[in-house]
Order: sequence, then C-alpha cells, then structure tokens
Amino acid sequence: MRKRGPRNYTRLTHPLVRDSRDEPFRQASWQEALDRAARGIARNRGKFGMFSCARATNEMNYVAQKFARVVMGTNNVDSCNRTCHAPSVAGLSAAFGSGGGTSSYEEIEHTDVIVMWGSNARFAHPIFFQHVLKGIRNGARMYAVDPRRTSTAEWAESWLGLNVGTDIPMAHAVGREIIHAGLVNEAFVERATSGFEEYKALVEPWTLSLAEKVTGVPAAAIGELAHAYARAERAQLCWTLGITEHHNGTDNVRALINLSLLTGHVGRYGSGLQPLRGQNNVQGGGDMGAIPNRLPGFQDILDAGVRHKFESAWDTVIQPHYGLNLTEMFEAMEEGTLRAVYCIGENPAQSEADSEQAVRRLKALDFLVVQDIFLTRTAELADVVLPATAGWAETEGTTTNSERRVQRVRRAVAPPGEAREDIDIICELAARLGHEWKYADAEAVWNELRSVSPDHYGMTYPRLERHQGIQWPCPSTDELEPPYLHGRLWDPDPARRGRLAPFGLVRHDPPVDLTDERFPIRLTTGRRLDSYNTGVQSGSFASPLRRGEFIELCPEDAERYGVVVGERVQVTSRRGSVVAPVWIDTALRPGLAFMTMHFPDEVDTNSLTIEANCPIAGTAEFKASAIRIDKLPVATIVR
Amino acid sequence: MTTTALGIPRRLLEFTIDGEPVRAPEGSTILDACRAAGTDVPTLCEGDTLRPRNACRVCVVEVEGSRTLVPACSRKAEGGMEVRTGTERVRHSRKIVLELLASSVDLSTTPRVREWIKEYGAEPGRFGADAGRVNEAPRVDNDLYVRDYGKCILCYKCVDACGDQWQNSFAISVAGRGFDARIAVEHDAPLTESACVYCGNCIEVCPTGALSFKSEFDMRAAGTWDEDRQTETTTVCAYCGVGCNLTLHVQDNEIVKVTSPHDNPVTHGNLCIKGRFGYQHVQNRN
Amino acid sequence: MDLHFGDSKPTDDERAAVDALLGPPESSWEGADRSDADLRWARGGRAARDRRDLLLPGLHAINDRIGWISAGALDYLCRRLTVPPAEAYGVATFYAMFSVRPRPSTVLHVCTDLACTAAGAADLCAGIEARLGPGIHLERSPCLGLCERAPAALTVRAGDPVRTAVSAPATVRDTVLAATAPDSAPEEPPPATAVPQAGNPGLTLLARVGVVDPESLDDYRAHGGYRALRRAFDLGPAAVIREVTDSGLVGRGGAAFPTGRKWQATASQPDHPHYLVCNADESEPGTFKDRVIMEGDPYSLVEAMTIAGYATGAHHGYLYLRGEYPRALARMEHALTQARARGLLGPDVLGQGYAFDIEIRRGAGAYICGEETALFNSIEGYRGEPRSKPPFPVEKGLFGKPTVENNVETLVNVLPILTGGAQAYAAVGTEASTGPKLYCVSGSVERPGVYEFPFGVTLGDVLREAGVRDGLRAVLLGGAAGGFVRADELDIPLTFEGTRAAGATVGSGVVMAFDSTVPLPRLLLRIAEFFRDESCGQCVPCRVGTVRQEEALRRLGEGRGAAAAADDIALLREVGRAMRDASICGLGQTAWNAVESAIDRLGAYE
Repeated sequence: MRKRGPRNYTRLTHPLVRDSRDEPFRQASWQEALDRAARGIARNRGKFGMFSCARATNEMNYVAQKFARVVMGTNNVDSCNRTCHAPSVAGLSAAFGSGGGTSSYEEIEHTDVIVMWGSNARFAHPIFFQHVLKGIRNGARMYAVDPRRTSTAEWAESWLGLNVGTDIPMAHAVGREIIHAGLVNEAFVERATSGFEEYKALVEPWTLSLAEKVTGVPAAAIGELAHAYARAERAQLCWTLGITEHHNGTDNVRALINLSLLTGHVGRYGSGLQPLRGQNNVQGGGDMGAIPNRLPGFQDILDAGVRHKFESAWDTVIQPHYGLNLTEMFEAMEEGTLRAVYCIGENPAQSEADSEQAVRRLKALDFLVVQDIFLTRTAELADVVLPATAGWAETEGTTTNSERRVQRVRRAVAPPGEAREDIDIICELAARLGHEWKYADAEAVWNELRSVSPDHYGMTYPRLERHQGIQWPCPSTDELEPPYLHGRLWDPDPARRGRLAPFGLVRHDPPVDLTDERFPIRLTTGRRLDSYNTGVQSGSFASPLRRGEFIELCPEDAERYGVVVGERVQVTSRRGSVVAPVWIDTALRPGLAFMTMHFPDEVDTNSLTIEANCPIAGTAEFKASAIRIDKLPVATIVR
Repeated sequence: MTTTALGIPRRLLEFTIDGEPVRAPEGSTILDACRAAGTDVPTLCEGDTLRPRNACRVCVVEVEGSRTLVPACSRKAEGGMEVRTGTERVRHSRKIVLELLASSVDLSTTPRVREWIKEYGAEPGRFGADAGRVNEAPRVDNDLYVRDYGKCILCYKCVDACGDQWQNSFAISVAGRGFDARIAVEHDAPLTESACVYCGNCIEVCPTGALSFKSEFDMRAAGTWDEDRQTETTTVCAYCGVGCNLTLHVQDNEIVKVTSPHDNPVTHGNLCIKGRFGYQHVQNRN
Repeated sequence: MDLHFGDSKPTDDERAAVDALLGPPESSWEGADRSDADLRWARGGRAARDRRDLLLPGLHAINDRIGWISAGALDYLCRRLTVPPAEAYGVATFYAMFSVRPRPSTVLHVCTDLACTAAGAADLCAGIEARLGPGIHLERSPCLGLCERAPAALTVRAGDPVRTAVSAPATVRDTVLAATAPDSAPEEPPPATAVPQAGNPGLTLLARVGVVDPESLDDYRAHGGYRALRRAFDLGPAAVIREVTDSGLVGRGGAAFPTGRKWQATASQPDHPHYLVCNADESEPGTFKDRVIMEGDPYSLVEAMTIAGYATGAHHGYLYLRGEYPRALARMEHALTQARARGLLGPDVLGQGYAFDIEIRRGAGAYICGEETALFNSIEGYRGEPRSKPPFPVEKGLFGKPTVENNVETLVNVLPILTGGAQAYAAVGTEASTGPKLYCVSGSVERPGVYEFPFGVTLGDVLREAGVRDGLRAVLLGGAAGGFVRADELDIPLTFEGTRAAGATVGSGVVMAFDSTVPLPRLLLRIAEFFRDESCGQCVPCRVGTVRQEEALRRLGEGRGAAAAADDIALLREVGRAMRDASICGLGQTAWNAVESAIDRLGAYE
C-alpha cells in the first residue's frame, strides 16, 4: 500500500498581490492589498459575485451577504452548499417552507426504523452515525439504500444496492407499495398534505417488478423497505450527497420527502427527515442569507415585507429578484456578464464538477480576490489574496449544524503573521467602498442578525453557551422549541396547521452521462473517513488510514480488465482523463467504480465528473459519470 | 411550548451515607449519591459516559447487610440502605487496591492517584523489588497516538468506548487472562493492521494516560508538557456538518491535544479521526 | 456491522470445520463466492448479530479439527457470525484449551493439581517429557476431575472427529502410548469404579450408577426413571416448586442457596423467555461427582433438568459441560438424542404440551466459568468474566433473561424429592441440612471415589468408609476454595451448620486427605498458582492480589527466616482480606481461604 505523507499547505501570513496574472505574487501591505481589492471590485459593479464560505461562521456569512447586497447592490451571493446540499434546502423548502432537516440527532436514538439513503454516514458523518448506532442498539432497524455496500450499509438489516441515479424509481416503488398495501397514514395525508391523488397516479406505474428492472434491486427487498418504513411507529429518513449530487437532485429530495408525507413520518418526535450536511456551516451559510434567494433568517427576497424590513434595518435598497447561484455565476463568467468575484474560503477550482472548465472561467475574470487561510488552487488564480483566520479555531462566532443547532466557535489560537479575521477584512473593504460598518465583535454582528431574524432572536450568546447550542427556530429568549420541525402539520386547527405540504410530482430522469460501449463503467464519488473535500485541511495530519487516491473497482472488473491492486490505469470520461492506481473493493459490483475528490493534486477526479446541474438547485451530478479504464502501455505498480 | 418528553418523574429514595440521611432519585448509584452529598469516593475505572465496569474496586464502600464490600460506581442505591464510606474495612481495601495497582503499573500520569496513595497510607513498595509488573514498552506504531500499556490498569474503558457503547469499531478487546490479560487488537497485530479508525475515543476515556496523543507523549518525553501553561477552548469542528464540539488544548499557541465535552449533546465526548487529529493544517505557519 | 478483516484466509479444513457447525455460508458477505444477487441485496442487522453465542462452539469446532486457531480461521468464523475479530481473539485467548499459536495436533494435558501432585504428578510429567516424541504438545493442567484415579492425563488429538484418551491412573508408559495412538488406548474403567458404594441399597443419588446401562434410556426407565417428571406434570409447576422448597434442598455447588427460592424467584419473573442452565463446569480441584453422575446415570440429569425447566417456565435448557470431560460429553449427547427420539425432550414432552429441549455447551478450560454469571457470558460468546450482582440471574441471567442456574448434583436431588415427597426427603439429614450429599474423596485413602451420605455424618465417618490411610496430617474440605482441617478434627459433622461452626465449609463436597509425606508449602503454592492462573483478570484485588500472594508463598517456601516469614504472612493476610472483601466474584473472594486455613489451623510455615 502506498503510504501518504501529509500534503502540507502552508498558512498564508501576508497579503499577496500582482499586477498581471502572468506575474508571480508579491507580498503586500494590508493597505495596498485592500486598496487594490476595493478598486478591482468597484470597477465591476453590476458584474460582481460573492462566494461566501460554508465553513466560516454565521457572523462572517451575515456580513458577507450584507456586503454583496448593501455595498455591491447584488443578490449574487452563494457558497459551496451549491455543490452539495442546495437540493435538500430547495426540496425541503418546497414541501415545508423551511430548508432545515426536520429532526434532531437525539431523536434517531429513539426511533424504530432508520433509512440511510445515499449516505455513507459512517465515513462522512461519523459522530452522527454514533447516534444512529445508539438507535440500532436501542432496537431500531436500519435500511441502507446505496449503490455500494458501504460501512454504513454493513450495519443495515437490509442493504439495497440500486443503480446509480435510480433513486426516484426506488422511492416511487416504495410509495406505490405503501399505497397498495394500505399502509398510507390517511389521517396525516388528509390533514396535512396536498396533491395525494396526483402522486398516487404518478407512482402507479412503478410496480415492484418495474422498479427491480430499473434499479437492479430485487422487488422483495424494495417491498420489505416499504413495509418497514410505513409500519414503523417512528421512522427517520436520512440522506446525503448520494441523493443531492445529481442533475435532478431536488427531484430526488422531493421523492424521498413524499414517503414521509405518505406515512406521517414528519413533524413528530422520532419521525423526520435528516439531510446530513457536508460542511460545518453549510446550514448556517444559507440561514444567514449567503444564498441568492434568501435574506438572513431564510426569509424570501421576493417577499416585499421582508425586503422592507431589511431595507430599513440596513438603510439600503434590496434588489427585488433572486441573484445568481454559484452555478449560474460560473455560467455568467463564461458569458462575460460576471467579471469580478470575491471568493472567501472556497476552492471552486478543484471542488467544482468539470474542474478544467471552472479554472478556465475563473481565469477569464477581470478581477478575482480570494480570502483564505491557504494559497489554494483558486487563490493561485487571483489578483489579490487576503490571508484570513481559520473560522473554527482562530475566530469568535457561531456555526449551525445539520440539526439546526447554533453553537459557539471560539478563538483558541492566535492566527499566523498578519492574517486577519474575515469580518474585519470585509468591513475594511466595505469602508473603502463607502460603507463604514462598526462591529465591536462577533457578538455585535450576531445581535444585529438576531434583530432581523425571528428564528434566531432567542439565541443570545449567553444562552448558546448555557445550552451548549440552541436549535432554530428560537423566537423567544425564555423558552426552547421542540427538537423537531413542522409539528404544526399535526395540529387539529387548520389555521395553526398552516400551509399543507405538497407531494412532489417528480419523474425519473436517468443520469445525463450515459454509459455505453466506449464508457461502460459508472463512476460514483464520495468521501473517505479520514479525508475531507479537496484535502486542503485534512491533508496535513498524518492519518494512518490515508492511502491517496485510487480508482476503486470490484474484483470481477479488475479481473476483466486484467488489472491488480496498485496498478496505475488511465481513467477516461467524456470530459477528461486521469491516471490513477487501482484499488479493489468488494463493496462494488461489476460496472460500478468509485473515487473521491480528496487528492486533486494527485488525481483530479473532478476532471472526470460532469457539470450537469440540477435546474432548481444548481448542484452538479458528481455521483454519476461514465468512464472507461485502460491499461497503461507500461504497467506501473504503486505501493 | 415544549413537547419534549421529560420522562416520568423519578421517585426519591431515602437512605444514609456515613450516618447522614440522604435522598437520591431512584436509579442513582451509591457513587451518584455520594457525590451529591459531597462525599469524596476515589474512582479509576468509572467513566461519566460509560456504563460502570466496577473493575478497579477502588470505590468500594460498606453496605449494612452485605457480606462483601460493594462498588459504589455500579451499585444502585436502595431505600433504607446504610452506606459507610470511611470505615477501616473500606480504607483497608482501597489501600490494598492502590498498592496492588501502583506496584504493578506506572501510575505517574494518573490524576489524583498520588493524593489517594497518601490519604490511604498505601505503600506499593512493600511487595518487594521482585514484585511482578506489567512490563510493556510504549507502542508507537502510528503518528497519532501512543499506547503505553505499562500504564494500563485494565479498566476496560477503552474497550467499551471502542465497542458497543460508542464507536462500535471493536478494534480492541481484553486478550489473555488474569495478570497476563492485555488490551489487544485481533491477533495482537500492530494497530495499523487492525480495525482501528483512529477516532481517539479511547484516549478520551483512558484514566491513566496509557493512551495519549503522540504530541503529548513526545512533549512529555522531551519534558515540555506543561498543563499549567495550557488553555482549553471549546469550539466547533470544521470537518462536516454534524457540529462536533472540540476542546482545543493549546500550549504556546500550538494545539497539543483535542478532547470533547462529555456532556455535549452532539458528541457525548466522542469525535472522529478528523475532529480529534485533523488540526495540523491550522498551525502550518511556516 | 462494518467489521474489519485482515488478509488471512482459512484453510479448507478450517472452513469445513466451521461450516460443519454453521452450515454453508448464505452469501458472499458471509464468505461464500460472490453472486450477482449478493451485490444487490444484503441482509444483516439484528439477526446476523444475534448469533454471537455460537462463537464458543465455533472456536471448539476449529480447535477440535486443527488443534489450534489461526488468524484465517478466526476471521472466517467472525465473518460467519458477525463477531468483531478483536473480540473473538479476546475470547479465544481466554480459554486454556485453545491456542492462537500453532501447536501440534495432539495435546496431552497432564494434571498437576492437588490430588495428582500428591500421587506423583511431578515425576509423571518428567517421565513423559523425557519419552514424548515430537508432534505432541504437553500441557500441565489444573485438576482434570479424575482424582479418584490420580495421577491423571488427558490426550486430545485434533481431527475429524477429534479423539480423546483418558489415562488414569497414568503411568509414563501408558500415557505416552495413549498420546501417540489415542484410538488404541484402553477403554476407561466404567464409572461405577468411581463409586465404591455402588450397588449399596441405601443410595439415592448414586443408586443407578453401576446398576443401569448409562447408554440405555429403557434401562433408566426400568430403574425408576421418568417417574419424577410424570409426578411433576401431575403436580403442576407451582406445586413442584413448593415440594422443592419444602424439601429444604439447597444448592450443592458451594453457595448453599435454597433451590426452591431460586426457582420461585425465576418462575415469577414477568420477563420472558426464562432459561435453565445446568452448571456442569465442574472445575473445583478435587471435585468429580458431577462427572460420575453424567457418565454413570446421564438420563437422571436430563430428567431433572426437564423438571426444573417445567417448574420455572423455561423451554430451553443449557448444559454447560466442562471441556475436559470427553466421556461425560459423549454420554450426555447420547442421552439427549435418545430422549428427543422418545419425545422426552422436544415440542411436547411426555405428551403434556410442554416444550423443552437441552443444548450442550462445552467449556474450554476456565475455572471461572463455574461462576454462574461468567458461565452466562461464556455461553453468550463473551469472555467468561463474572458480572456484577445485583441484578441476580433470576432477574437478568443468560441473554439478560430470568435464569435459574443449578449444578448437576443439586438438580438430581430433585428426582427423589418428587418421587418420595418433600417430607421424606427432608427427613434425611439434619434439620438445617436436608437430604443426601455426595463427597469426592481422594488423596491418602484406600478407596477414593464419590460417596453418598446423608447430611450429618462426620468427616471421620466419610474417611473411614474410604479407608483413610495412616499418617493423616490434614484434610482439604470443600476444594481449593474451601479449607484445611487437622487430623484431630475428624468429628466435624458434615452439615452446612456443622462445618460453619467449625470454621470450615462443605463447599463442593471435596474431602482430600493428605498424609505427612506431602510437603504442605508445595500444596499451598500449587493452590495459589491455580488461582493466579484461573483469575479472569477483571478486578484488581484478584488479578494482582493472586500474583502478590503467590509471590509471598514462594518466598515463604524458600525459608528466609522467621522475621521475613512473619512479614510475608502479614502481607498475605492483608491482601487476602482485601481480596475477600473487594473482589467481584467468589473466585477472588475465596482464593485465599485454603492458604489462610493452612496457616491458622495447620500452622504452616511455623
């Protein structure tokens, strides 16, 4: 096995600038760097986009979106949640009017059936999975739906190894079976949902045998899942990127939500929906309004009353339309309508699907300022690089986790060199662009946010401290709400019940990148236990588990292509080609391969993936590419 | 409005500790009641996030009517019980247990044990120079943490944390029997060939320092480990959306160890490899 | 479970041994070849994890076939049973009969325990070692339960099937021959030779030993068998418990707890299922009575277990049988098969609509598994470590369910209680110690063996019946966990109250006589070694205390002068007191008893 030494990115300690992209960076004073950044941004007013950071604090995200909206007058603000969980937010909002997961971790310990759909939480969310394990130890039965028999799936009563991108057929077949078996929670469907008849008609063709043909999973297994989920008194449905990172990710999410509506597994203690977030503040970034369609507190920009509140609070005019999301901003770069980007803590040059295209587009910008703790690949493309602090260890503030729990982050170490806190930097730039914002500290930012977001109003810093975090909504400074959302749907009083939850009428649409004779293998992607995203953070510690990037194949395919563990092979998709060594994993089946994006400097997996985006949420289909494996002319074995 | 089930209120039991009447909710252990009453009972194998194993027997107390002493950590309080914590009989057993442990393993990094040895008048040296010891060299087989079983008192806490109570990785077990029993991975292989996923949740519960961060082990070896100069700051992990609380132990502006609050609703003191060990990138300062 | 397996693969033999126990694997995830269906749907979860209790039988299967347990074999077994390899390794290394290191397929266990040491085990070992060829592994063993024929040896040759040969009394020549060719070793003498009183009409518990054909169910029935069960069905469970309670029967395993109360407490538990566990892990040095009953009258145990199960509402009984008892195992297996074939076990016992069956679980060389909760852990597939009590087994026992646990002798006492009535039974013995009692007499006597007497005879009566030899110095009463008495204390009445008054214990019924030719310090050291070896290691007082005691006894044996001896004796007392007060279970609590009694009563080291 190849042993991986740490891949060290060194912290940025000074601002870097350059006059042209052909030149190397040179160290600059803050004064100079900020002046240059301000000028570069100012000259592109109207053509500006902000990449906020799903890993930074709520306070930073609040200030960043405020910068975009107030200083630059644009709603073009987004973050990498686009590349992961935007479909969850879109799907949940469409059904329930709110984009958060509906349950709490604790509830999964006290539920009866747990469905892990497209989620290898054992690796990607290990401590969440400990709550799942508590549930299992308390007697819950877990079902895993995943193309691979992952570590998560190995804990399941039943693992359903479906074809990549056939989640909707599976979900619809489960729904149809529930209906035909008479297991619909009629009281809930009648009281709290709309569109059931249409849904019933929609799923009617999806018999178990048709689903077996499409998904590859035996009808009996699908039937068993349907009965287990519907008959459970309490059930939790959890998903991760296996559901969202598809060209129709939002539809996938809706198809799963439908099952909870059908069975009443939402809005009660122990029953709910849990999208597991990939980044420490991907929930909070959206909650803070660092997305193009929502203001802080997840309040809709199209709502004039909401806009008015913010306009008076901020003394500004808010554009009465949605801004561009990350995906659309990249497209706008191509078209030349977006010319300047202020990128904070993101690495789209490596994290975007079809990364070569992303780099090309970033290079075409008139001005790129990157604010980060490392000189990432994205930062290497910038005109100005601003050294920031690590949100989680060098900054005061809060983040919001997957169960909507707002928790305090604190400064434990002093940042290196001249690195400065994100909020300071943004305020300096705002000042140069005519907006003098005075925040004494992160708490001051938070209190401003509290004043405009009812869901956060009750969360003072002292209360967050006392309760070890508080889940939103928290409108009162005296009380705490239940740990689950949408209890209103069970209210006997229609007025309090509020808007009914509509069934999502979504149709199966197979992956865009079809397999064929030239590209016969389905490549799917995911995370490993000890690594994270593009490896910028996780590459530095000496993990004994790390073995670098491999193309993982099942034993049968390895034999078929005549390759052995460690042998370097050419992996080619319709978009690009990489060389990677082979790993053999029995969790895969013939025709299914697996890679991660943790080692882009070695193997740029995202040069293979397809930029086929969910039209609603903008998330790309990382989970389904078509590839081919070719032996190299001269075999090299990596050990 | 709160609809969270708070559970049925527990009835209170009345009994005595050292002659003083006390009340404790049904289900409390004697140890819980002692702590609530401000009575100090030494413990080693007891862990606030783990079910009691009552293996070390340093917490024994006398209960009227019981033939033997009983472990305070696991015995549930009962109404009418008469508990005595400081009798000669109790002190004798505690003293012997401390002597047996201190004569067989290295307790130099076990918090409070020096104080107890003094308090109970234990003389570990009296078994002679030839007294059998657990002679194990520290196992440094990875860059993240060290297993120094010469300090291991076989409290089972690491096994339980790795096993069905928390991590469910089952990388370690007690192997062998009696004085030859040791914590081991399958086939007594190196850690790197085991089921270990390097979550470090065993380190979190180890009461003696037998398990420690490599950083702590190295600093202790170099004589630079100094807890008086360390700060502990709790923040939130940046590696995924679960929101695990990390307590960063910092000495000279370097993170030297990471723990998690045991009463935290997200982690209950547990972390994964990234949260526990993945901090190095912040301090790649030059 | 996401178990981690290394690269080691099982050999065909190892795989076959496991598959013979568990059947072929159902899917590639369990070790079969990969199929398309496996790669689409996998079952697991609760059902897969619930087979943990087959771990110990699985380890036996491998060890029986191969002689040791390789990494590949262990991994395969773990994959089949969804057991983490580290835990299975912890279990495998807990038992003395298993090895996780390669060793020859033939293992010769030579007993070096008390009775055998007194009968020259040291010379026997030395002689065997000198003559033993390669390919045979010699293990010095704790008591093999063959004390009436000391010295004793047991050959186990792995293979399909595993073969065993008992050599007792063992000579160097016979033992080496048996170890070399176990198949052609001479037949063991019949069980009746272990019962010098055999055929005596006054016997109750031993009445059939040597009289009936132990293989024949019909013969058992011709000698009164299954009358007690029929009476039990006539009475109903509650009345059976009342009879047992009224009989005054108390447990014969050493703790002397009233059997009727235990049954009543189990029967009344609302939690179900209830289990019955028969403790036949007879490992107390000097004890062999259960072996003799199982070898000589196996159906009596089957019948008694059925009655106990019926009375306490159990439908599943486990017979936890000592791993070193090959003949008892064979006899009990045969008896169960016969009883099943005749409808005396199974879904409808005696046509009475009561379902009951018995499963044998073999121990694997761990004295501690005689402790009831350690025994439960052992059956469940965990290390045989005692649990903390409370909760007691009647509430949370095997698999966490209400469990009644009795030893073999206790259970067979139930038969005369039901056939003769509680009153008649209680009339035997004394008021506080009712019924007959079995004694395992060995050592310096002419006729060693199992004896039956009503409670109340004196120690002298028993020894005289067994033909005690001249020069008696001391008697070990109750086993290694019991205590020594002097030759001038033979008028101690053998009752619970009588021995207690004399500061001794009936214990498991061991009466081991020593004359002055046996050096006492060596015996005491052997006892200390025994407990050090057999300590499970869970609690500090026992794990380290037994080591410190052995060290002190070793120093005392070296004779370093009176002052040093006084120090060491003081040390022994202090450590012993803490072991008695603070150990988790009876092993640690009683480990110091015999040595203490030797110091106090016999004046050892003076």
